[in-house]
Amino acid sequence: MTATPDPNADTVWVEHVALIDRIPRWAAMLGLALVVIGIWDLATARMGWVSPIILPSPGETFDDLLFVGKNLITGGYMLGALWTTTRTVLWAFVIAAGIGFSLGVLVGETKFGERAVMPYLVAIDTMPKIAFAPLFIAWLGFDIASKVALAAFIATFPIIVSTAAGFHAASENERMLFKAMGASRWQTLVRLKLPTGLPYIFTGLKIASVGVMAGVITGEFLGGGKGFGALIRESASMLDTPRVFSLILYLSLLGLALFFLVAWAQKRLVFWNKADRPGGVG
Amino acid sequence: MSMAEPRPLTASPAAVLRPVYQIERLSKTYARNLLTALTDVNLTLHKGEFVSVVGSSGCGKSTLLKIMSGLLPPTTGRVVLEGKPVTGPRADIGMMFQQATLLPWKTTVENIVLPIEIRQGRAAAKAAIPRALDLLRLVGLGDFAHVYPGELSGGMAQRASICRMLIANPAVLLLDEPFSALDELTRDFMNMELQRICAEQHSTAFLVTHSLAEAVILSDRILVMKPRPGRIVEEIVIDLPRPRTLEMVNTPRFGQIVAHIRDLLGKEAFQ
Repeated sequence: MTATPDPNADTVWVEHVALIDRIPRWAAMLGLALVVIGIWDLATARMGWVSPIILPSPGETFDDLLFVGKNLITGGYMLGALWTTTRTVLWAFVIAAGIGFSLGVLVGETKFGERAVMPYLVAIDTMPKIAFAPLFIAWLGFDIASKVALAAFIATFPIIVSTAAGFHAASENERMLFKAMGASRWQTLVRLKLPTGLPYIFTGLKIASVGVMAGVITGEFLGGGKGFGALIRESASMLDTPRVFSLILYLSLLGLALFFLVAWAQKRLVFWNKADRPGGVG
Repeated sequence: MSMAEPRPLTASPAAVLRPVYQIERLSKTYARNLLTALTDVNLTLHKGEFVSVVGSSGCGKSTLLKIMSGLLPPTTGRVVLEGKPVTGPRADIGMMFQQATLLPWKTTVENIVLPIEIRQGRAAAKAAIPRALDLLRLVGLGDFAHVYPGELSGGMAQRASICRMLIANPAVLLLDEPFSALDELTRDFMNMELQRICAEQHSTAFLVTHSLAEAVILSDRILVMKPRPGRIVEEIVIDLPRPRTLEMVNTPRFGQIVAHIRDLLGKEAFQ
């Protein structure tokens, strides 16, 4: 627009756009990161307010990140540890998804499940599940099996709850429609309740993908083994704080990858859930 | 059919005098709270006839519709469609609800053949697609066959649900306040569309509605129901000529009929 002289310019009401709305998101994120790293650098390397054993400087951490990254890329011992942890995480996730979905269907779809099984599940869910770690190690040994069991145990419950909720998500109208069409219970389950419940189920899977990571690392802390968790504990016991930081960072990449894998699958499967749908099922 | 005609019939000339749906001495009591939802309901729908039921909330019209659709068993009474007693949901009963309830993961045409898919399997549903496309053209949605319901407006979604109701060639159409969720202009338009479609298909239709104007403009007969206990208190034959137009709303006759029904229902409301 060209600026045309307005005789009554002082009466024009112009929307004021806040600064944060005018800068792009990536710039805001980058800016915040720079500020935080700047303060971090000031507190450690420049002024020495914090001991390097407690908090290494950004430079040290960055150097160690490069070192660990090089080790991972060249297939060093850390890659082996990462692979062990990845396998454990994937096994735990698959097992949690399988058991969680099955129990969710049982609880969400059957009266028996709702009345008899659900109270026990709620009771177990309120327990601090990490406290079971020594039991799993005693039962399954120091290999990955005990870590898989602990992580799956932690991650199963959100999937159960969300699956059960998902199977209740179909509206009264939709149920009536299927009843009026003479649909069998199985048809209603597969053609209506499962697709309607998918967004809920995926929410449970996303929560589980985070829970699985926590479970596996806890298992590796407590039960040793050859995974990343054991490496972190070792480095921490040698007061190698930069190493702990960089290992956690690479570990978080594994968690992110799993989370986005689930999110990607959701986008593909629940393709209809992106926009509001005035004509469809509200 | 040896059943006696319940009332003298002076319906529209379009109605051939063949009974399609017959209900005799129907009653429904909800045992749990001893509520008599319906008592002594008698009703006959003839081929090609459009009958509406109006009444305040709780007069039992929804219960009546659920019994007629086979979703709810009556306590006593005869419910007979095309000579066979209704004992559950049937393929020859077409239903339409207040919400379009299209499944968002199926395209419009897939939604329309859904009743066929549920009753006869995927192969039969596939075979029914040409007919579904014909129906979509009938309601003016020919270009929207392969889009997902999320891209349809409220009125378009309800037109698609009309097609879903018609796909199995039902003997009777049961309409449960089908356009009450739409805005007024769309609703008027949809009512005229419904009239046209019913005339083209020679449908026998039964409409439950809150709107007196809608009932008068569409119906050959209107049944007025009152609650506690739910019963039909009067049957009004609408003698406005067909095809009906929206302009008829402004005629004196239309006003008389609406005023009469409002009077009937209004008296009850203050009792």
